[in-house]
Amino acid sequence: MERSGLRRFWDSSVGKKIVMGATGLILVAFVIGHMAGNLQFFSGPARFNAYSHLLQVDVIELTWLLRVTLLASVVLHVIAAYQLTMQNRAARPADYVRREPQVSTYAARTMRWGGVYLLLFIPYHLLHFTTGTLHPAFVRGEAYGNVVIGFQTMWVALFYLGAMAFLALHLYHGAWAAFRTLGIARPSNDPLHRRLALAIAVIVPAGFSLLPLSVMLGFIR
Amino acid sequence: MKVVLHVWRQAGPSAAGSLVDYEANDISPEMSFLEMLDVVNERLIVRGEVPIAFDHDCREGICGSCGMMINGAAHGPMKLTTACQLHMRSFKDGDEIWIEPWRAKAFPVIKDLVVDRGAFDRIIQAGGFVSAPTGSAQDGNAIPIAKQAADEAMDAAACIGCGACVAACPNASASLFTAAKITHLGDLPQGQPERMRRALAMVHQMDIETFGSCTLFGECQEACPKGISIDTIARMNWDYLFAAATERQGAEVGGTG
Repeated sequence: MERSGLRRFWDSSVGKKIVMGATGLILVAFVIGHMAGNLQFFSGPARFNAYSHLLQVDVIELTWLLRVTLLASVVLHVIAAYQLTMQNRAARPADYVRREPQVSTYAARTMRWGGVYLLLFIPYHLLHFTTGTLHPAFVRGEAYGNVVIGFQTMWVALFYLGAMAFLALHLYHGAWAAFRTLGIARPSNDPLHRRLALAIAVIVPAGFSLLPLSVMLGFIR
Repeated sequence: MKVVLHVWRQAGPSAAGSLVDYEANDISPEMSFLEMLDVVNERLIVRGEVPIAFDHDCREGICGSCGMMINGAAHGPMKLTTACQLHMRSFKDGDEIWIEPWRAKAFPVIKDLVVDRGAFDRIIQAGGFVSAPTGSAQDGNAIPIAKQAADEAMDAAACIGCGACVAACPNASASLFTAAKITHLGDLPQGQPERMRRALAMVHQMDIETFGSCTLFGECQEACPKGISIDTIARMNWDYLFAAATERQGAEVGGTG
C-alpha cells in the first residue's frame, strides 16, 4: 500500500518540524491575545468580569472553536516535539567527550524541559482559573476575585511566574525559529538575529506576570 | 612549542575506543594542524606504534576530506577554516588539545578519527539528475540568471561535504548539508524541472540515513568552513512544504542516481 501524502509528510523530520512551526505560531498568536485580554484586570472588577462573561457566555461557541484549535495545536506540537527529540537522541548514540556549544542560546537549550514545564502548567492553569477545581474559593462569574484570591497563595503565584520565565525562553527561540522552519523568513546577513522574537518574548510574559506580581506585592487585594 | 593531545583511538568499526594521551614536543607554530599530526605519527611509527588514522586529501581547504572535533568544536577554534588550514599558532605552548571523530549514528567510525560519510553521497544520489543539456559548451549568457539567484546558488554550492554541520549539531542533523545541495540547484533555472522531486527525495534520504532533525541552534552555520547560512534550511523547508502540498500520486518523473 502506498502511504498517503499526509502520512509521508508527518513521517519526515522536515514535515514534522513544519507542523511544530505552524502550531507554534498559532500558540504564539494565542498568548499575545490572551495577555492583552488579561491586562483588563487593571481596569477593575467590573471590566474584567464583563470580559470573562463575554468569553464564557456571549461568544461561548467561538470560545469552544478556539479551545478545540488550541488543544489540537498543543497535541500536535507536543507529539512532534517528543518524536523529533527521540529521533535526535538516537542520531548520536555515542556522544563527544568534549563538545563546546559555539552560538546556541540558553533559550534553544531549554526548549524541551521548558516545554515540559509548560505542559504541566497548562492543565493546572485550566483547573485553577477556568474550571475552579484546584481553586481554594472559586466563584463562577467572579473572574476578578478568583484571580486575586488565586494569587494570594505564594507557591501558586511562584509556579505561575516560573511558567512565564520558561514561556519567555520558549518564545525567544520559538517565535524566531517558527518563521525559519516554515521557510517564510527572508534571507539575512545575520540569520541568528531576532528582533521580533525578542519583543514578543519580553512583552508577553511580562504582561502576564503583572497579574500575579500585583497581587503578591499587595498592590491589588 | 609543546602540546598535549588527547586523541580518540579506535582500532576498528566495532572495537571499543578511548582517548589516548600523547605529548607532542618540538612543534613549529607554523605547522598546520594536520602536519602536527603527521609529526606525531612519524614518531609513533619510529616507536613501533600504530599511527593515528585521519582523513585528508588536498590540504588547502577545498576537498572536504579532513575534519575532526578539536577542543569540542568542528574543525577547531578558527571560523571558516578546515582542520588542514588551521595552524598551530592558533594554540599556545603547553595547551591540551582534545581530538575526536565526528559523532553521529549516520557517520560510523571506521578507525580513530576516520568516519564513513557515505550517507552524504546517498543524499546527493537521491537528488538525481538535472535536465541540463550536455555536450559542447553553450554561450556564456544563453540562460539568463538573476544576480541574486547566481550569488545564492554559488554560496550554497561552496559546500564541500565535510560533515562539520552534522558534527557540530546537538541533534546530529544533516539539514545544513542537504539544504545547501537543494538550494544550489533549486536557485538556478537549470534546476527547476526536478526541483520539487529533488526536495522530497533528498529530505526522505536524509531521514533514512538516521540523521537528527533541525532545531535551529545555529551551531552548523558557525562550524561550516564555507560559511553556508541557515537561510538555506528555510529554503529547503519551503521547497519541501510546497513539494509535499503539490505532490501527485504517480506523477514522479525521472530516475535517481
